[in-house]
Amino acid sequence: MAYHTQFGSLRQYQKGGVEAIRDDPRNYAFTNIFEVASKAERWERIAIARNLKYVVEVVRAEGTSPWYACAHDEAALVMDGEVAIRLVKPDIMIVSPEHEGATLLEGDPRGRAMGQIKSRRGHMALLPKGSAYQFNSEQPAVILIQTIAGDLTVERWAEICQK
Amino acid sequence: MSGKTTQAMNDAGYQSFILGNYIFKRDEYFVHVEWPNGGHILPADRFLKALMRDVAWNFFYGIVNFDEVFGTANHYGTVDIFAGSYNASYRDTGKDHSETFDSETARHVFEAMLQDWTNEGFDPFAAPGETGSAFGPKRGSNENAVKRQRVTAKRMTGAADDTPLRNDMNGYGINRQFADVPQDEPEIHAEPGFEHDVHAFNLFAYLSRSDVTWNPSVCSVVKDSLFCPTTEEYMLPVIHGNDRVEWFIQLSDEIHWEVADRDTGEARARVIMKAGDVAAMPADIRHQGMSPKRSMLLVWENADPALPELYASNKLKANPIAF
Repeated sequence: MAYHTQFGSLRQYQKGGVEAIRDDPRNYAFTNIFEVASKAERWERIAIARNLKYVVEVVRAEGTSPWYACAHDEAALVMDGEVAIRLVKPDIMIVSPEHEGATLLEGDPRGRAMGQIKSRRGHMALLPKGSAYQFNSEQPAVILIQTIAGDLTVERWAEICQK
Repeated sequence: MSGKTTQAMNDAGYQSFILGNYIFKRDEYFVHVEWPNGGHILPADRFLKALMRDVAWNFFYGIVNFDEVFGTANHYGTVDIFAGSYNASYRDTGKDHSETFDSETARHVFEAMLQDWTNEGFDPFAAPGETGSAFGPKRGSNENAVKRQRVTAKRMTGAADDTPLRNDMNGYGINRQFADVPQDEPEIHAEPGFEHDVHAFNLFAYLSRSDVTWNPSVCSVVKDSLFCPTTEEYMLPVIHGNDRVEWFIQLSDEIHWEVADRDTGEARARVIMKAGDVAAMPADIRHQGMSPKRSMLLVWENADPALPELYASNKLKANPIAF
């Protein structure tokens, strides 16, 4: 028997949902990554999951992003499309070690090139602490970022969650 | 409270086990759990699959219900082994029973039980379609299956000095139900001196080569934020009662979750998740999932050890998002 593994994408996805028996669907903060990304502005980092200070952000990747920096590790999981990630080690500390969440940089960071990753659906990349990083995607793509809520985290739960 | 094996084998060839005032026995089809003034019976396959998770996860987060009556509740250093504590009928009539053990003591007995009661050809971590029968008189053992270690990355799977990737060479072939999952790797170009920091891997390919089901394993870490993806097929063999909020992100295919009140078992909701769906599991529920085809699920946990007490004392709300 041949099995077909079903993945979602911006072009095609199905959405399940909460069938409340004795509950409120809002308790489950139910969303779909591709639905949120399809309505997002490019490079917005929209929280689709939050556990106290920790968040999972969904990003619609299209074109070239700004540069970001973060004092702690983050992880980027490509859920659709192809994304290139450039990494730079800044010459000076850009973000305080205690600061949590990603910081948006103005312009290009000065520092040593660390390398580049070209990733596709299903690939998870380390965004290492203390580095600056930039995304590039020629076609619309979707990234999930495991991080801590910060200055760039956008929360619009009432808009995106099942009610 | 201490535990021991009776060393006496029954007619089916299995040992019995004593832990505190509990006596555990198994025959060809069933496991019998006895305690003062009470007892319960479970199918042997169901018991062993749940027991496997309890042992592998060191009693996991919160409550591991083997069924609607029997289970364990983790207090992270000690563990309650209970009968009826989270069943409204048992509790309301005073028929429930619970004993607290040092976690290592309880785990030691559970490991011995799992080893003696798991027969050759049966893998408690496998889906029914890919393993043999748990039933019948004792025949051989399956140490390779029951002694698996849970995968716990420190930073990210495949990173320097971290948990390894999976491939045909190290014994992880592609699962039959994920034969169509692309195995391409990211292109990594690291400048000299940055080889340890410039890292990526194909998570979906890694998951396609998992040889277990319903076994969240840490793949990426951001302080207490743990991404614990897992592959699921058939039914979660435990009913997991939360002691903190967790989140599910459906990476592929679909899972249907039956959600009930953690303490009473009263049905609350049915949550159907398809590829790309995201749902919170509140801190006051229990849940059991059903995956018609092998699927990939990202379980997202907050490992902060202070959380159970904060939720239990209502200092934190059970639902993570208010809107």
